[in-house]
Amino acid sequence: MTEISPTSPVVRIRGLRKSFGTNLVLDGIDLDVRKGEVVVVIGPSGSGKTTLLRCINLLETYDEGSIQVDRVEVGFRDGSSSARQRRSDRELARIRADIGMVFQLFNLFPHLTARENVVLGLRKVRGLPTAEAKRVAEQWLTRVGLADKLDSLPSQLSGGQQQRVGIARAVAMDPKVLLLDEITSALDPELVGEVLTVAQELARDGMTMIVVTHEMTFARDVGSRIVFMDGGRIQVQGTPREVLTAPAHDRLKAFLARIELKQR
Amino acid sequence: MIFALQSLPYLWQGLLMTLEVSALVVFFSLIAGTILGVAIVYGPRWLYWPVRIYSDFFRGIPLLVLIFFMYYGLPLFKINLTNFASVVLALSAFKTAHIIEVVRGAIQSIPVGQTEAGKTIGLRFGQRLLYVVAPQAVRRFLPPWINAVVDAVKGSALVSLVGIVDLMLAIQQVIGRTYMPMPLYVLGALMYFGINYSLSSASRRLEARFAYIRE
Amino acid sequence: MNYHLNFNYIWTHFDKLTWGLVLSLELAFVSILIGVAIGLSLALAYTGGGRLVRGVVAGYVEFIRNVPLLLLIYLVFYGVPSVGGFAYEPATSFVLTLSVYAGAYMVEVFRAGLTAVPRGLIDAGKAIGLNAWQRLICVRLPTMFRIVLPSLSNAYVSLFKDTSLASVIAVPELTYGAQWIKTNSFRVIEVWIVVTPLYLITGYALLFTLQQLERRFAIQR
Repeated sequence: MTEISPTSPVVRIRGLRKSFGTNLVLDGIDLDVRKGEVVVVIGPSGSGKTTLLRCINLLETYDEGSIQVDRVEVGFRDGSSSARQRRSDRELARIRADIGMVFQLFNLFPHLTARENVVLGLRKVRGLPTAEAKRVAEQWLTRVGLADKLDSLPSQLSGGQQQRVGIARAVAMDPKVLLLDEITSALDPELVGEVLTVAQELARDGMTMIVVTHEMTFARDVGSRIVFMDGGRIQVQGTPREVLTAPAHDRLKAFLARIELKQR
Repeated sequence: MIFALQSLPYLWQGLLMTLEVSALVVFFSLIAGTILGVAIVYGPRWLYWPVRIYSDFFRGIPLLVLIFFMYYGLPLFKINLTNFASVVLALSAFKTAHIIEVVRGAIQSIPVGQTEAGKTIGLRFGQRLLYVVAPQAVRRFLPPWINAVVDAVKGSALVSLVGIVDLMLAIQQVIGRTYMPMPLYVLGALMYFGINYSLSSASRRLEARFAYIRE
Repeated sequence: MNYHLNFNYIWTHFDKLTWGLVLSLELAFVSILIGVAIGLSLALAYTGGGRLVRGVVAGYVEFIRNVPLLLLIYLVFYGVPSVGGFAYEPATSFVLTLSVYAGAYMVEVFRAGLTAVPRGLIDAGKAIGLNAWQRLICVRLPTMFRIVLPSLSNAYVSLFKDTSLASVIAVPELTYGAQWIKTNSFRVIEVWIVVTPLYLITGYALLFTLQQLERRFAIQR
């Protein structure tokens, strides 16, 4: 495993462009994410935030540009833009093992218990022996507060509990960067807090995270950098103070006003 | 009445024939249907349309028409099968089309987020099929497949029209001897009902048991 | 293969096939009308009724769905007259059988359709003061019909294919016409080359037409 030098970013995105048919969704994105940073991406729907996230672990392909995670180009074999060959499924699998993702709709495996959901990756991808895998899984599930739900099926868990299993499943793989895609948007309001608390603790413990969310309180309290996207471009970047407390940008102001109205 | 009771062994033979035909049809259609169903979902592009056409064709014509065509038509192509073989072939070809759809439905009804989640923990394609897709597909497949088995048993009654002595034909032959159509038809109905109702109850129980897979 | 295709006999007797096709469509149509009447009333009885009613309806549905249609056809055509002491026309007997057969499937369709009517609509009906009967006629049934349209279309096409079994009691529908031509001309291959597409094309044409009608009426879920 290569050393991450202090100056080289964990995630390095340059000139990212992507269209869905004739619809240009990402229009030239440049972004660096350093180790330990919590980058929170906000913006109206259709701004491309989720697509950006899904390009990082190649759940979506990208047309132009470069995405590097730990200096490895994610989508293509040779970084140079001339003879770009798309990566095979095997190569992608290895790259994705180091990138964790938590989904808005949880996507837990319904036929597996909470523990088994976490163990699957540990055993089949990390190659841990069963006993060790179970130990690690139980550790992480306890960390997220589900020590008494190890043998429960997802159908027996509340939304907040399912999402916490989803977080444990992603984090147990020891990823270099964790991608959080609106992880509380599908939750009942009273369950949002328990999930955000877990995310906050992970951030405090140094996990590198890229978070797409509408929860402005989380962005303000946990984010180390806020990125405002609109129309497929990054419009504004900065610290929470710069971006949220004293917004200068017009569209950002309008967006924040709408969000504040909703959350009041 | 006594005639009817004396005919029970004969009816029993017919029932065994019905079960034999049904079992063969279920067996062949399960294998062919599963292979083709998986092929249509994961296979190469050029495989999709032939299988699709097969499936739509055999589901678009009545079973009776198919049986008659195979029974009378195959010998003209110099394919000489026994009565038994040609009906089993016809029924199996027919059922395979249904199984293809059941398999296809079972796999494609799995939300796309499942394979995405499999990708994000680093599973390769084969691993995703084995650990994420297959366990869910099987649970989604079983209840409708059991219904297809019930259909196969009901469809097997058509073999009586080409001279195979199954339960249906046995009933008619006994009626020919005893001149008591109603009791015998009712008895026959109850026998078919017995087989099929237990199957469909099992299907309903499985569907309830596997409801968690559709959360 | 020393077989030369010869369609002459088929063309001279093509009317047997065309009229047979028309009869098949008619048989299926009448059966689905009666079947819908049976199915709807039983579905309403089921959702509104007590344990006894539910048991009887369930018994009827389970019986029909687990017994081969062929047996039902024989039972009605040969069995019933022997105890009833009357005889009927094959076509009448067949329509009766197919209606009862369709009815069992319709009960399920309508039962699912009724439960699929969103609670919110029924509550809205209560809120504006409609009584139970008015809610049924003005809210639940219209909504339900739009929901079940696809199932009804599929059922009709399915019944159309099932009419081929009418041939076993000599009802002159399409399959019977085909067999008649085959028996009298020995031109097996030619007959099936003509008849198979007739079923296929008619089936798909029906589905397509019904889907166009659905588009006008159905609710997008």
